[in-house]
Amino acid sequence: MAKKPTTKGREHDGVTRRGFIGTVGVGALGAATVGTRRAEAVPEITTPEAMVQIGLTINGRIHRLLVEPRWTLLFTLRERLGLTGTKVGCERGECGSCTVLIDGQPRYACMTLAVEAEGSQITTIEGLMDGEALGDVQQAFVNEDAFQCGFCTPGQIMAAEGLLQANPSPSNEEIRKGMSGNLCRCAAYHHIVRAVDSAADGRRKGDNR
Amino acid sequence: MSEESPYWIEGTVPETPTPAEYPQPWKTTSVIGRRMARVDAYERVSGTAVYPSDVILPGMLYGAILRCPHARARVLSVDTASSKAMPGVHAVITASTPEADIPWAYRRGPESRLFPTLCQHEGEAVAAVAAETPQQAADALRTIRVNYEILPHVADQETSSGPKSPKIWDGGNELPARPPYQRGDIDTGFSEADIVLERTFTTACEIHAPMETHGCVAQWDGDRLTLWESTQGVFAVQARVAEILGLPLSKVRIVGHYMGGGFGSKLQAGKYSIIAPMLARLTARPVKLFLSREENMLCVGNRPPSRMTLKAGVKKDGTLTALAMDTLSTPGAYAVSGYGLEDWQIRDLYTVPNVRTSSRFVYINAGPARPFRAPGHPQGSWALEQMMDDLAEALGMDPIAFRLKNIPSVSQARGGKPYTTTGLKECLTEGAATFNWETARSRPAQKSHLKRGVGMGACLWIAGGGGPPSTAIVKIFADGSVNLNLGASDIGTGTKSVMAMIVAEELGVDPHAIQIEHADTATTQFATPSGGSKTIPTESPAVREAAYAVRRRLIELAAEQHELNVEDLGLATGAVISKSDPTATFPITELEGLQKRGLVMGIGYRGPNPEDVAITPFAAQFCEVEVNTRTGEIGVLSFLGAHDSGRVMNRLTYDNQVFGGITMGIGLALTEERILDQATGKMVNANLHDYKIPTALDVPAEMTSLPIDPHDEQCNTTGAKGLGEPVTIPTAGAIANAVFHATGVRITQSPITPARFLEAQAAQAKEV
Ligand code: FES
Ligand code: FES
Repeated sequence: MAKKPTTKGREHDGVTRRGFIGTVGVGALGAATVGTRRAEAVPEITTPEAMVQIGLTINGRIHRLLVEPRWTLLFTLRERLGLTGTKVGCERGECGSCTVLIDGQPRYACMTLAVEAEGSQITTIEGLMDGEALGDVQQAFVNEDAFQCGFCTPGQIMAAEGLLQANPSPSNEEIRKGMSGNLCRCAAYHHIVRAVDSAADGRRKGDNR
Repeated sequence: MSEESPYWIEGTVPETPTPAEYPQPWKTTSVIGRRMARVDAYERVSGTAVYPSDVILPGMLYGAILRCPHARARVLSVDTASSKAMPGVHAVITASTPEADIPWAYRRGPESRLFPTLCQHEGEAVAAVAAETPQQAADALRTIRVNYEILPHVADQETSSGPKSPKIWDGGNELPARPPYQRGDIDTGFSEADIVLERTFTTACEIHAPMETHGCVAQWDGDRLTLWESTQGVFAVQARVAEILGLPLSKVRIVGHYMGGGFGSKLQAGKYSIIAPMLARLTARPVKLFLSREENMLCVGNRPPSRMTLKAGVKKDGTLTALAMDTLSTPGAYAVSGYGLEDWQIRDLYTVPNVRTSSRFVYINAGPARPFRAPGHPQGSWALEQMMDDLAEALGMDPIAFRLKNIPSVSQARGGKPYTTTGLKECLTEGAATFNWETARSRPAQKSHLKRGVGMGACLWIAGGGGPPSTAIVKIFADGSVNLNLGASDIGTGTKSVMAMIVAEELGVDPHAIQIEHADTATTQFATPSGGSKTIPTESPAVREAAYAVRRRLIELAAEQHELNVEDLGLATGAVISKSDPTATFPITELEGLQKRGLVMGIGYRGPNPEDVAITPFAAQFCEVEVNTRTGEIGVLSFLGAHDSGRVMNRLTYDNQVFGGITMGIGLALTEERILDQATGKMVNANLHDYKIPTALDVPAEMTSLPIDPHDEQCNTTGAKGLGEPVTIPTAGAIANAVFHATGVRITQSPITPARFLEAQAAQAKEV
């Protein structure tokens, strides 16, 4: 359930972690004043001076930009850099739509601050492409029809990519476990498991990309 | 909701003209029926597909809605002074903003306002802001000061109309009573029965939870509004937005090329579809407004909870004599849509001469229901299929043999209209054979605490025949390339791919080379929303007609040019050919008529359905489960779906639908449940962590799709019936039956959580 937004951020330089969670996790809900209680104090205002300059290495390219410390990697990727292949489903670490690789590990971009990601290698769905050609996991998803609406799909593909990098020969059970952090409401799971299996197979045979 | 007013159509829709000439049913096909990768697969897996929530426009602001945190409260005052002064904030609107002080009418029941003073459920809209970043918008919401008078609420449909319940609407908490459905004489029916059983079944409230939340991006260009909206039907949104904002339809453009799932919850515009353009107008900037996951769980639809008391009578030989069902359900705080129809399976699935069903609906202080994949049907199936299992057990009959004894050839609920086709019998028999039902059913019980069992369920779906209106356009250009234009949305079912296959079948072109324009009110033709499993049966005949018209015209052009007989000509890849002279081929690119004109265009309309018949999809599903009788955990080991949805258009997307629908049904059976705290009326699991939709770990390792095609040449010119909904109807009942077969414990409440199973098992042990 909704956590109360904090007002303590004021005393600190920047936004507290609790304040951050409050903002991102709660969104607009439950934020109104309850009953006749006093309103929350005016939240801290991030001035341009409080923004930090960072360099993000995304798909092999360095992007230098100013971010608020509270901006998530997800927000920064999508709304600031226009890399909208990474999707937003919950902004609270529950659905996996925002999965990217950070130093080869599948991570929820909504649970990672942009400032935290500095110095890491970030790979998004756009980074799996070779020019206009699909990567092998992407192609396996096409062949096996491992999606319906396609909205969870970039996240699924990134999770699969991370899984295969860590475990080139996953068993069926390992695939299902490895993919279980990525929800698909269309429930294309059966085909997703097949796609990951066939991508793994392709890599073992050396015919990837 | 009733049979007479299908839920995907609000108000009247224009009829499309009846085609002058129908193409004959396909005898053989070369493209249709294949396993074909989607025509838009590349866009979807590469990340280049732009979903509405991906749209970024120059100068775009971010909108957010302040929502009532109480189940029921009166808004006494809203103070926006400090939020308006915050950096980055461009607009704050409330009920006292003149533009936003407008009524919000649902189709039925009590009226409300865009920002109501009386908030009737947690999550009602109270105010909205637009700011330069979503973070600033969230900050601004937090500083809006609202005084609420918290009012007594109702969180439970069971007590809603009781004497201690507060009246949440002036007219009381009961919706107007509807007359019961009756057929034959129910008392006679029960008196003729050798066995009469009665049980009460309940299903929990489910949330649609599409992965893309609801929302839109609004942009004004002078007096023209463009909305990129995550929707199942752009024209339905256009109609609503134009009406509320007082704009001509021609000035409202809705674009919905991609969308991240809806399952019935995105058939219509929402408050966000109005608030975003309002904010955009006030700020003279484009505005993106997408709901958070919590808002999505609370405000934009659900499958309402149900309680169904079902009584059944049967003769010793397995002939059903009577079925009676009383249902209690709730549309939530408003009567929008998506409630009712729990009794349709009872009325129509099995041959029963005497039927009586009645339904009561009461208001509670919770978000309004919306149609959710086969409204009412999975609930009714949960009751009926378990009852059929119980009756078979009481009769000592095999559940399949018992069902086979009661298969109708006419739609009893529609006054005995014959079905164009029914594959129900084949779904049962061929499904059972492929599943190895008899062997699995007769396996001896395990001694361990892990118990396996098999179960099944059957169903039909009320709609799924499709119908007018629909208009589609196929164009062939001078170089032979093809463009298809249709208004329908592809909600993930593969509509675009199937339509491309139809054009390819008629014109001999590569389906992947066809350029498709769709789901855009400015550039494509009117279509009803994609829902009700009617998109393929509705759109496919129109598309086929359009392609067929192009084909005819090309042949005519060749005949004119070469002075040939039209009857002797056909169309192959890229050329008009002679049937009598295999050497005579006339490449399309050399047809003078096409070259001079630059374009040949065919328009296809969806003609009416045949009269006095019922077009209905049928199914039977089979499953095996393993129950851990110590922990109550239930694992689904395998599933088979045998579906008669008419012709299989694309086997790959067809199977995907079957598996997806089954998986959603597993959610209903085992994990999904909206939990309202009775004391506060608030939803305690309004997130995807505590509201559990199935994950990759919850689906059976073994899944089989078995299409049953009865070759329906009467239903429409492509022979396809709907699939997307029947695939999720019998699933939960089949699982409950398998649990019973495994353990002897009958669970009548969904979802069958481990706790619920252990409780029922313990209660049963006490009885014995
Ligand atoms: S958006 Fe990050 S996990 Fe859902
Ligand atoms: S494909 Fe629609 S949510 Fe996964």
